[in-house]
Amino acid sequence: MKGLLKEFSKGIFRENPIFVIALGLCPALAVSVSLENALGMGLAATFVLVCSNFIISGIRDIVPSQIRIPCFIVVIASFVTIVELLMAAFSPQLAKQLGIFVPLIVVNCIILGRAESFASKNRILPSILDGLGMGLGFTLALSFVAVIRELFGSGEILGFAVNKAYLPATIMILPPGALLTLGMLIGLTNLIKSRSRK
Amino acid sequence: MDLKIVLSIIISMVFINNFVLSKFLGLCPFLGVSRQIKPAISMGLAVIFVMTLSGLLTWLVYRYILVPLDLVYLRTIVFILVIASFVQLVEMVILKKSPVLYRALGIYLPLITTNCAVLGVTVLNINTFFINGKAEPASFALSLLQSFFAGIGFSLALILMSGIRERLDLADVPHSLSGIPIAFIIASLMSLAFMGFNGFRF
Repeated sequence: MKGLLKEFSKGIFRENPIFVIALGLCPALAVSVSLENALGMGLAATFVLVCSNFIISGIRDIVPSQIRIPCFIVVIASFVTIVELLMAAFSPQLAKQLGIFVPLIVVNCIILGRAESFASKNRILPSILDGLGMGLGFTLALSFVAVIRELFGSGEILGFAVNKAYLPATIMILPPGALLTLGMLIGLTNLIKSRSRK
Repeated sequence: MDLKIVLSIIISMVFINNFVLSKFLGLCPFLGVSRQIKPAISMGLAVIFVMTLSGLLTWLVYRYILVPLDLVYLRTIVFILVIASFVQLVEMVILKKSPVLYRALGIYLPLITTNCAVLGVTVLNINTFFINGKAEPASFALSLLQSFFAGIGFSLALILMSGIRERLDLADVPHSLSGIPIAFIIASLMSLAFMGFNGFRF
């Protein structure tokens, strides 16, 4: 039981996909303009991650190892299509804002990375928990970047103004702000890690 | 075909909407292969090649298979399969025909399959040049143009970045910022510079 809990919790901080292993950066930067987008993207990716880990772990003994990558990609792409259609049906506004980045969940390195390095070697239950943990870690990191960018870039959180007198620094919601924020946050993570090691 | 459209696609893909610096597509190879100039050039060439031909193939598949069969919603799955198998094919052909070229490009080719810039440009082509499943006039040529120059934009950013990072090896960077964090901060400054092209109008 303890082992299972560990599979779940490692993705959230110790092996956080964005801050620690630096995977899945493209969507992280592009959709972190506002917290709302970040949460939508994070949940979509978590859904795909959990489902694809479940299926891949289930078929891991059937798939020959030479063609495993294409098989994994097909599984992942099917779930991405499901998410795409669901999002277009139930939340067209969000689908429009995330735009091209919804189909691009397919090539999000975290998902294929977890399939290859975890789900294809482990039993179903740990794989699901691993997917859930990684997905939540991804969502958390994404929201963190988004909160910083939204707060400084438009002076709002989830669309509510925090301080009416604040003059927003528009640069933070433009592309350079995303790169700067993420660079600083990864630097901060490194600093915390090296401090705690001492 | 209007020259104005052609020019605006070129400028937009290379500078204003540069895939790496303003759309954040293909960041993983951008950070992974930009330590030195030489591999960056090889990677850039490989990406231009794969992007252009994937743009071509996916346009054909979309126009002549998915649209007539009413399977447009399978776009993502089909495109990623087309790209993956195409990259695999290119790798085998290069290995057989030119071992020298294989040594230069070989290790980058598998990386390209999961490069979001390639899938990104194919989806973007479909989004811009098809309206309600109908091809726009000259959409084939324009898709090809857009894919090619998206590749050029990617390579430009990659090569510039690798030049800066080669110099950076000699600089005294704070320990916790060295490596990926400082690369991000540099990319941020580059992106700021590229934003300056925003004013171009035709």
